[in-house]
Amino acid sequence: MKITSIITCGAIYGLTFFSNSQEELAKSMARGKELYKESCITCHLANGEGVKGTFPPLAKADFLTKYPEKSIRAVKFGMSGAIKVNGVDYNNAMPPSGFADDEIADVMNYIRNSFGNKNTQPVTEKMVAAVKEK
Amino acid sequence: MKLQFKQPIKLLLILAVVATSGLLMSHCNISPNNKELTANNLKLETVVTGLNMPWSMAFLPDGRVLVTERGGKLRIVNGSQLDPQEITGIPKVYYRGQGGLLDVALHPNYKENGWIYISYSSPKKEGEAGDDNGANTALMRAKLDGHQLTNIEHLYKASPNVRGGVHFGGKILFDNKGYVFLSLGERGQKENSQNLSKAQGKMVRLHEDGKIPTDNPFVKTKDALPEIWSYGHRNPQGLVMHPTTGTIWAHEHGPQGGDELNIVEKGKNYGWPLITYGIDYDNSIISDKTEAPGLEQPVIYWKPSIAPCGMTFVNSPKFKEWNGDLLVGSLKFQNLEHLVIKGNKVVKKEVIFDKIGRVRDVKQGPDGNIYVVVESTGAIVKIGPKA
Repeated sequence: MKITSIITCGAIYGLTFFSNSQEELAKSMARGKELYKESCITCHLANGEGVKGTFPPLAKADFLTKYPEKSIRAVKFGMSGAIKVNGVDYNNAMPPSGFADDEIADVMNYIRNSFGNKNTQPVTEKMVAAVKEK
Repeated sequence: MKLQFKQPIKLLLILAVVATSGLLMSHCNISPNNKELTANNLKLETVVTGLNMPWSMAFLPDGRVLVTERGGKLRIVNGSQLDPQEITGIPKVYYRGQGGLLDVALHPNYKENGWIYISYSSPKKEGEAGDDNGANTALMRAKLDGHQLTNIEHLYKASPNVRGGVHFGGKILFDNKGYVFLSLGERGQKENSQNLSKAQGKMVRLHEDGKIPTDNPFVKTKDALPEIWSYGHRNPQGLVMHPTTGTIWAHEHGPQGGDELNIVEKGKNYGWPLITYGIDYDNSIISDKTEAPGLEQPVIYWKPSIAPCGMTFVNSPKFKEWNGDLLVGSLKFQNLEHLVIKGNKVVKKEVIFDKIGRVRDVKQGPDGNIYVVVESTGAIVKIGPKA
């Protein structure tokens, strides 16, 4: 009896926590979408496909999954030089977004869960704050 | 019989000579010794590096160069040295997205009066209209004393403040008749480009002290802002005057496939977003019309968009064959475009200096060379003829 109630409580707690965090993620993504439309869409386009050879894609981009920290750093501090994304070479420059850390978390959550990307583990403000310019 | 035989040979010989000389001449035209100016007989030199997000430059009469950094610093370049000491007195800027410290330009009589004009994204101040935490483009002037701006005068601020980091315009132009023009982007609210009561998507014309001229086109129009010179713009970031005719040319960032080059005239409507050659960045249709009565057509439009930024008319003994032509910078393709101008038309377009980086500013220097501010490399590069 005791054990069952512990398990039930645990399950309820876990579910609530999980659904809460998923709800948080959804809210963060919604805020991120607005920021994406403001600052990212002109180069990476609405579907995240970018322009082959000029602006790298975000949609199903191996770079995003391989280098989550580099991706955050790019949004925070800008990025330039040669990179390879999904087998295609890019040598361009992205200016820093000027977003606050919580906004960078939002736009990362949107990007990491849109255009065919899926990452239920959310990016938090704390994680963004920990990323330094190098 | 003999004659009949000889004549065709003579004819053939003449034809052969003509054909050969023709061939030789055409060969001459593509030989490197010809007079035609191409990117091949120009050289590119890096003048200075180490700038952080440079946006614009102005040439001081003593040979030094003022450079704005979008993050909010005004810097001095002395020869090939970036002065480590920044200039103080720049107000707080709204550094977000495309916003920040923008253009710098010297008054045409700088030598006499010392006025430096600066545009920037200005955060909302108390009592100003618009969104909290918003911003819009402002124009100030000041004098330089050592590393300090003095005599600071805030001349103009576009109203209302809008939240968000897009479309500040910000280019300054003097017309040498006592007026200063400032280009204003629509801050991401396209419908307001057509709204004469808001300073979004407009060119404004001011006296050099910031007062509004009484002969501006909408001074007597009810509810219209008197500073407006032209409207229906999206985000103009190239603004120059033709060296001989005095006409004002501007390019603007359009939607996808809709960047435009326009000749800007008093009171005219350049159509955004009622007409456009582009579609929105989320692929939606903005307008199914590319032209309509009462709305100006661009001189040219760019499809695909090049994200034009910076522009200069060439008027230099070092570029004789290009005099009267335009050089336009591209943020997107990281190159310069040379537009051959005949009258009010672009008759030819060519890419020169591909992959030099995100071009923010293009200006002809006092020495007749062309200088380019490159955002991505933090550099100023010089283009001049090979010796």
